[in-house]
Amino acid sequence: MKIDNMSQDAILQSYNKDNSGFLVSQVDSVVNLIRSNSIWPLTFGLACCAIEMMHGYMARYDLDRLGSMPRHSPRQADLIIVAGTLTNKMAPAYRRVYDQMAEPRYVMSMGSCANSGGYYHYSYSVVRGCDRITPVDIYVPGCPPTAEAMLYGLLQLQKKIRRRGKLWR
Amino acid sequence: MEIKDNLVSYYVPSEKKQLELQEILSFIQKECKNSLISIDLTNFELSVIIKKDKLYTFIEFIKNNKVLMFKQLIDITAVDYPDRNNRFTVVYNLLSLAHNFRIRVKVEIEENQMLESIVALYPAANFLEREVWDLFGIKFTNHPDLRRILTDVGFEGHPLRKDFPVTGFMEVIYDEEQEAVVYKPVELIQAYRDFDYQNPWMAGLEELALSEIKNKSEENK
Repeated sequence: MKIDNMSQDAILQSYNKDNSGFLVSQVDSVVNLIRSNSIWPLTFGLACCAIEMMHGYMARYDLDRLGSMPRHSPRQADLIIVAGTLTNKMAPAYRRVYDQMAEPRYVMSMGSCANSGGYYHYSYSVVRGCDRITPVDIYVPGCPPTAEAMLYGLLQLQKKIRRRGKLWR
Repeated sequence: MEIKDNLVSYYVPSEKKQLELQEILSFIQKECKNSLISIDLTNFELSVIIKKDKLYTFIEFIKNNKVLMFKQLIDITAVDYPDRNNRFTVVYNLLSLAHNFRIRVKVEIEENQMLESIVALYPAANFLEREVWDLFGIKFTNHPDLRRILTDVGFEGHPLRKDFPVTGFMEVIYDEEQEAVVYKPVELIQAYRDFDYQNPWMAGLEELALSEIKNKSEENK
């Protein structure tokens, strides 16, 4: 079937032969829809925030239904949730894991320790915010944030991907 | 030992146990006379200060003695008293599972002195002594592998010493040009503030509250 030579009505008719409908959309939007509904986060629990993150995966909030399944390899992950205190000793490892992730990749900073150092801001061994090591897309406040707050952060990230995501960077 | 007031916040063992504690105290006093500096029993907790060079023999004795059997090493830690001649007090917490007794063994040492490692007696001491070395800078002789355990690789200083600044000296940041996480001297956007909640209106309020509690307990009598 040569689409070029057909009129629009003819195209519609040819699709409607077997009563199957179709939608017209932009490729970007479709890709963004798919990406935003299958955010696979890397499990990167560092402290008590990790417990709340686990609650998020459990039955009550069940992140799986948003297409978020925890991955254990950075190569398969789209999102890294920095859940907890990022120490100086951990910082190079964190950066390395981030570098190993494939594009497009997102970072969620969870809890006040990851946001700014929080309680340990003046400590000798804690990074004053994980945005000193990698770029961050979503900041979730709280100490620790509830599983609900993390879920909300994830929804915000989905919104961000749908609005601003691009096929080509 | 008599309990002086009704407001006891610590565990009070049975009378039989109290007697046994006294027995142990006098036993150690008798057997280890030349290694003891002092021994006391406050709040039913046995606490011993021993001479620095007698540490290994003393702990070996209380571990292997049939009456004491302190077979479990619970913890090794240290305390920094900057204004004392013997700057550090190293504390060993031991447990006798067989007789259900605990003991706190203290050794006072100067800043540059070394202690004898007890790894040969308790394998658990390996990590604990490394921790004390890391955080306080106290060295142990005959330790199989004395290196830092908690702090960053290449860390300088010993963080739990009183003269170590809370914010430390170095911080890490990702350097775009070098494409690596690099160290740089600490730069604080806002200086560290020590919040002192004792304002002139609140001064002495703690003592007032304590005296009120005392008065009430006297009224109840």
